[in-house]
Amino acid sequence: MKREIKFKLNGEEVTAEVESHWTLLYFLREVLKLKGTKEGCGYGECGACTVVIDKMAVNSCLFPVMEVNGKDVLTIEGISGPGEALHPLQKAFIEEGAVQCGFCTPGMIMSAYALFEEKKNPDDEDIKEAIEGNLCRCTGYVKIIDAINAAKRGK
Amino acid sequence: MSFNIIGKKIPKKDAPFKVTGQALYIDDVELPGMLYGKILYSKYPHARILHIDTSKAEKLPGVKAVITAKDFPPHFRIGFMKDNPPLKGTKVLSTRDEIAAVCAISPEIAEEALDLISVEYEVLQGIFDPLVAMREDAPILHEEVGSNILKLPWRLVCGDVEKAKKESAYVVEDTFTTQWVTHCCLATSGCVAYFDVNNNLTMYSNTQIPSLAQNEFLEALTALGLRNRRVRIIQVTIGGGFGSKLDTYPYEYIAILLALKTRKPVKIVFSRDEEFFATSPRQCTITKISQGCDRDGRLTFREVEMILDNGAYTSWGATTPSVMMMPISSLYRVPNVKYTATCVYTNNTYCQAMRGYGNPQATFAIESSLDHLAEESGIDPYDLRIINANEPGEITPQGFRVTTCGLKECIEEVAKRLNWKEKRGRGLKKRGVGIASLIHVGGGARVYKSDGCGTIIKMDDFGKVDVFTGASDIGQGADTVIAQIVAEELGVPVEDVNVIHNDTDICPWDVGVHASRTTFVAGNSALFAAKKIKKKLLEILSKLLEVPPEDVAIKNGIAFSKSDPQKSIPLARALRRIHFTTGGSMLMAEHFYDPQNENLNKEFRGNLSAAYAYGTHGVEVEVDTETGKVKILKYVAAHDVGRAINPLLLEGQIYGGVLQGIGYALSEKMIYDNGYLKNGNFLDYKILTVRDVPPVEIVIIETNEEAGPFGAKGIGEPGLVPTAPAIANAIYDAVGVRIRDLPITPEKVLKALKEKNKG
Ligand code: FES
Ligand code: FES
Repeated sequence: MKREIKFKLNGEEVTAEVESHWTLLYFLREVLKLKGTKEGCGYGECGACTVVIDKMAVNSCLFPVMEVNGKDVLTIEGISGPGEALHPLQKAFIEEGAVQCGFCTPGMIMSAYALFEEKKNPDDEDIKEAIEGNLCRCTGYVKIIDAINAAKRGK
Repeated sequence: MSFNIIGKKIPKKDAPFKVTGQALYIDDVELPGMLYGKILYSKYPHARILHIDTSKAEKLPGVKAVITAKDFPPHFRIGFMKDNPPLKGTKVLSTRDEIAAVCAISPEIAEEALDLISVEYEVLQGIFDPLVAMREDAPILHEEVGSNILKLPWRLVCGDVEKAKKESAYVVEDTFTTQWVTHCCLATSGCVAYFDVNNNLTMYSNTQIPSLAQNEFLEALTALGLRNRRVRIIQVTIGGGFGSKLDTYPYEYIAILLALKTRKPVKIVFSRDEEFFATSPRQCTITKISQGCDRDGRLTFREVEMILDNGAYTSWGATTPSVMMMPISSLYRVPNVKYTATCVYTNNTYCQAMRGYGNPQATFAIESSLDHLAEESGIDPYDLRIINANEPGEITPQGFRVTTCGLKECIEEVAKRLNWKEKRGRGLKKRGVGIASLIHVGGGARVYKSDGCGTIIKMDDFGKVDVFTGASDIGQGADTVIAQIVAEELGVPVEDVNVIHNDTDICPWDVGVHASRTTFVAGNSALFAAKKIKKKLLEILSKLLEVPPEDVAIKNGIAFSKSDPQKSIPLARALRRIHFTTGGSMLMAEHFYDPQNENLNKEFRGNLSAAYAYGTHGVEVEVDTETGKVKILKYVAAHDVGRAINPLLLEGQIYGGVLQGIGYALSEKMIYDNGYLKNGNFLDYKILTVRDVPPVEIVIIETNEEAGPFGAKGIGEPGLVPTAPAIANAIYDAVGVRIRDLPITPEKVLKALKEKNKG
């Protein structure tokens, strides 16, 4: 059954007809064609699908799209400014070598983004807690931690 | 030698696309009219197929095609031994066997259609243990082969092992076993296949072997009656490789056939479940090893007998003994060597290449056994390794010509940083230290008849450079390293070099991204192409600047006279001058580089690689004797890389390798129970998370390999090769138990401690 929902997506108001069984990930990728948010497992264990909802990091593959009604959703497509102005996290991930295959990267960045919303000055323990649900098979995480620290300093 | 761009921490070229979500992976590809394919797998590990009924599935609205084995030519087989039909018609040999496939207008409908296919089986007794499969009375799985033992007689004999054994002062013998582990690429496998009006095929693909896959798909088209067609492979951004995509798989041929039947693009992308059970893992091994040394600790012989569970079909996994031979014959100086390996068909999953290609399994046995020998002979494990360390200039028993070799420096540096002399052998606070080393191919590997890679370079009117390379990027950074090499040679900023590496219609041939070969082989190919274009460029510049070519230098995109720097011209202007004139010209060059390495001969001897990479890992652990848990307190990874072209990416390869290696050593294992995978998900199959990252120190040893581009050797795989034995050795030092079976779980440690205390 289709229902209408209204929410804010990457700063813009969205009104959409959605099926109640859709996940947010499905809606983003298959309906809105926002392909930046990735599916690595579809069951909440890899973090590749992480988006930020009302400042909290959420696995969009488990999140029912109905529940974003009235909320504020940010995806990887929504955190950089116009033109070439990348978010400090994006810049830091590039410069610190935190990106290899890059499939985990959007989710990692969104988890770190939510962390910065919560804490201005997170320590390594906070960083680990923020991204412990985000799997990366390539980097060994070291440079991802470096990047989040660098972004923190650059803020 | 001083460089402008080589040796600099240059960020990965495609990272901006990846951090913004703009990079397109296979699941992001959408083509007009695209259909979605799904595969029906076998219910049983071993059964005869009596009947398949697809009629209900065909009638489901939205279904566009249903195929079974009947739709492929009867004798069409894929894989290294051509023993694998893409769809199985009469018999299934594993639970990942493909029986039928569907494509529909949505993935959901395709999935629903699978449920409507009914298959009647006659269940047969399965064989899940290679030792059972080897018995005379075991049922034969591949009747056409006539035996469960593959006709791959891996056997290397150098010197006289029997004699050496008798003459050795100390001899040890052990058996080691390793488990199945899977690549766990974060993006799952997949492809999109479509045919144009001329019946030429385009494949959007994740492959690590575009040129070889092109060839195999061409063969498939011929078998399907489409002769003399074209196949174009377009690599999307690849979400992890690690060897998993070194072969072509049934799902790709299924997508091709569905696309041909429907005349529509067909996409197949695996679910995470499929990625776990239907892709090919690193194979498990049973290794019996014996080594000896004389009174002074000089190695006298090494004898290794190995059994590999090949699984139901044959992919590259069966050829990993060709690489295992390398450490067995050539890690440390050992004059007498004997190695045999037997690959055995079972009803388990079939195996494939994975980062290190057999080397981690072999090195686990060699380096664990070496510590045993150290104990037996009363020689410190560090000293034993230094005594036997390889040296530059040596020719190993298998015929490897060692050019550069920084193994001794690696061992020394690791010992120093671990504080070896202080910490070793104390067992204080249940802490201990261990080391292990590696040799790997570092200058390509001639496993195929060509180990080459082609490059085409052109320069445009704006001074920018386009490099078309055969190399593939699977996240390791080929795009960036190639750009650096070309930029350094031409004297242009690295931002001005664009590397195109993903389309067989445009890019020259390459054997594939494997064997840690890309920096060396594709790097050299790019370097030689750059040298050719530079020669032309210097001639032109010498005319424009009115100085001899030797006097021309280029820096930062500006050409000038070395003797009179006042005379200068921006490259862009020079290029336009020679272009926009009567009889004008533009600059282009090409090079195909094939390294000076050799195929192994019938006796498995030959100089497999043009250079060899070495390294040593050291680890300090603390073992909790109550829980059996192993905690890594410190990890040091020293690697002889020839030259670090890009330390940022290089470190990334080592960190990533080490973490995969720690997973291999301590937590990862695919649990198969009578042919069924029991832990095919991220919850039960433990790849490491950020919580598991120990403090890792990287030491880069530069030996400047003459044959390598700017002195570089390969580093893609070495990072995980010696990890497991280094950890196992440290555990032994800490609490006196040796675990010979990977992964080293707390249960195994506890059990061993209990047995030790009883004894
Ligand atoms: S796709 Fe959502 S957690 Fe893996
Ligand atoms: S960069 Fe490949 S999974 Fe993280």
